[in-house]
Amino acid sequence: MTTLAAPAKRRLATSVWGVVAWVAGIIFVFPVIWMVLTSFKQEQDAASNPPTWVFTPTLDQYAAVFDRNITPFLLNSLMASVFSTLFVIVLATPAAYALSLRPVAKWTDVLFFFISTKMMPAVAALLPVYLLVKNLGMLDNVWTMVILYTSMNLPLAVWMMRSFLLEVPREVLEAGEVDGAGLLTSIRKIILPIVSPGLAATALICFIFAWNEFFLAVNLTATNAGTSPIFLVGFISSEGLFLARLCAAATLLSLPVLIAGWLAQNKLVRGLSMGAVK
Amino acid sequence: MAPVKGGAKERWVRRAPLLPALIFAIVVTQVPFLVTIYLSTLDWNALRPGDRPFVGVDNYVTVLTDTRLRSALLNTVLLTAGAVIFSMILGLALAVLLDRKFVGRSVVRTLLITPFLVMPIAAALLWKHAIYNPAYGLINGLFGGSTDWISSYPKAAVITTLVWQWTPFMMLILLAGLQSQSEEVLEAARVDGANAWQIFVRMTLPHLRQYLELGALLGSIYLVNTFDAVFSITQGGPGSATTNLPYEIYLTTFRKFEYGEASAAGVIVVILTIIVATFALRVISSLFRMEESR
Repeated sequence: MTTLAAPAKRRLATSVWGVVAWVAGIIFVFPVIWMVLTSFKQEQDAASNPPTWVFTPTLDQYAAVFDRNITPFLLNSLMASVFSTLFVIVLATPAAYALSLRPVAKWTDVLFFFISTKMMPAVAALLPVYLLVKNLGMLDNVWTMVILYTSMNLPLAVWMMRSFLLEVPREVLEAGEVDGAGLLTSIRKIILPIVSPGLAATALICFIFAWNEFFLAVNLTATNAGTSPIFLVGFISSEGLFLARLCAAATLLSLPVLIAGWLAQNKLVRGLSMGAVK
Repeated sequence: MAPVKGGAKERWVRRAPLLPALIFAIVVTQVPFLVTIYLSTLDWNALRPGDRPFVGVDNYVTVLTDTRLRSALLNTVLLTAGAVIFSMILGLALAVLLDRKFVGRSVVRTLLITPFLVMPIAAALLWKHAIYNPAYGLINGLFGGSTDWISSYPKAAVITTLVWQWTPFMMLILLAGLQSQSEEVLEAARVDGANAWQIFVRMTLPHLRQYLELGALLGSIYLVNTFDAVFSITQGGPGSATTNLPYEIYLTTFRKFEYGEASAAGVIVVILTIIVATFALRVISSLFRMEESR
């Protein structure tokens, strides 16, 4: 009797905890669901008390967002994020190689130097960067943001790529060398196939951070190079009811990162912990 | 994996792939900081024309004796510690839940990481207008009342938003920690008659220690820099109730144009960060050694 009861009890416990986990998940995601729901409402439904649950969905707010000229901001964000990610990968991958598979002398010191630049608060470098950029006439310029985002994400990418490169089995690499494979051949045939999922995850995480960045963007850009977060902030000064439109804009601008993050979620923790946690 | 000793040429061949990234990082991150140190010794207000005399450590004295700065420092500690501690506790609870098998576990994990992926400034505006708003916010809409959450509980309002965003981060790190536990050891403890709570307290928590430390320190490094939430939810107010150091330095730089003082405050923030970061590096390098010895 007891031998039968124990698994049954365990199954019950499993399903109870499963329900608890589901409830927790729904509570956590609820503000996001509410944001998306609100974005399909008319303004008076969005600002009702008690909240409106049943309504006829409308795309009016999304149309209004595009009417307010969101496109240049989206393009700026896209440019800043894509180019900085590209530069980060180009700089970080060889560096990670020189810190893992064929390590230079003092490679630990170099690794810790990279991570320490990540720990420096942006606010401490803001003023000199601002003055320099201003003197170079590069204020409100997308390429300024590309350079800054590259440096912001570089340490993360070096650490992440290093941790992925370490997964390349040394024996296979050495066997390839014995067989006379040159560096390019071993990169193409051995290293790339193994690290490409890691490379993709690194790129996605760099993209996420660049896309979401606000502090540097709000201080160094204005009308020409303003990125998506700047568009959102500009929204608030408008008069009257704006909640539904704000939610539409917020949903639209969060979407690329939500998709990138969902795709990269298996590697997310590793990237965020700089490769310290697998 | 000791680096192979070779000739000078061999060493430079090895270094070559590293140099572009290293030089770039030094130029873009270290040079501005040296300039910040230099600027911090000048009496320079951008609104005042004329010379910028060298004043030594005067700006530091001003900054350290200024009550606004001190309250900003205190607020930074409160906001950071509050957000880290609460997101850690919630993250641990959620990680324990997700460590079990149940129907739709991967869907729930996706739901739980979603807050972390929402653009921080969008999240801050969402909470401010759609959730905290006294007239049509979700809290008052669901539970009644007309509390103005942001002006009544400014710090809690900012912290709640940060906790909502950062709990997934803590959860992911702690979940990785939980899943790296040896299943055989846990099973052996179960066979020996240990109950779930005993296993959790005696085995899981000690095993998680490094992961808890890592989460706390990485979380602190990111959250010390909190700007978006303060900027958009409270503008540092009411008064200076939620003005943290990044926001205060932003105000000093771009509202008061006190470049010298802002630089001195920046240097102080870096020194404080270095103190926290030293601990962080120690934790990371211990994980690092674990990985090496594997």
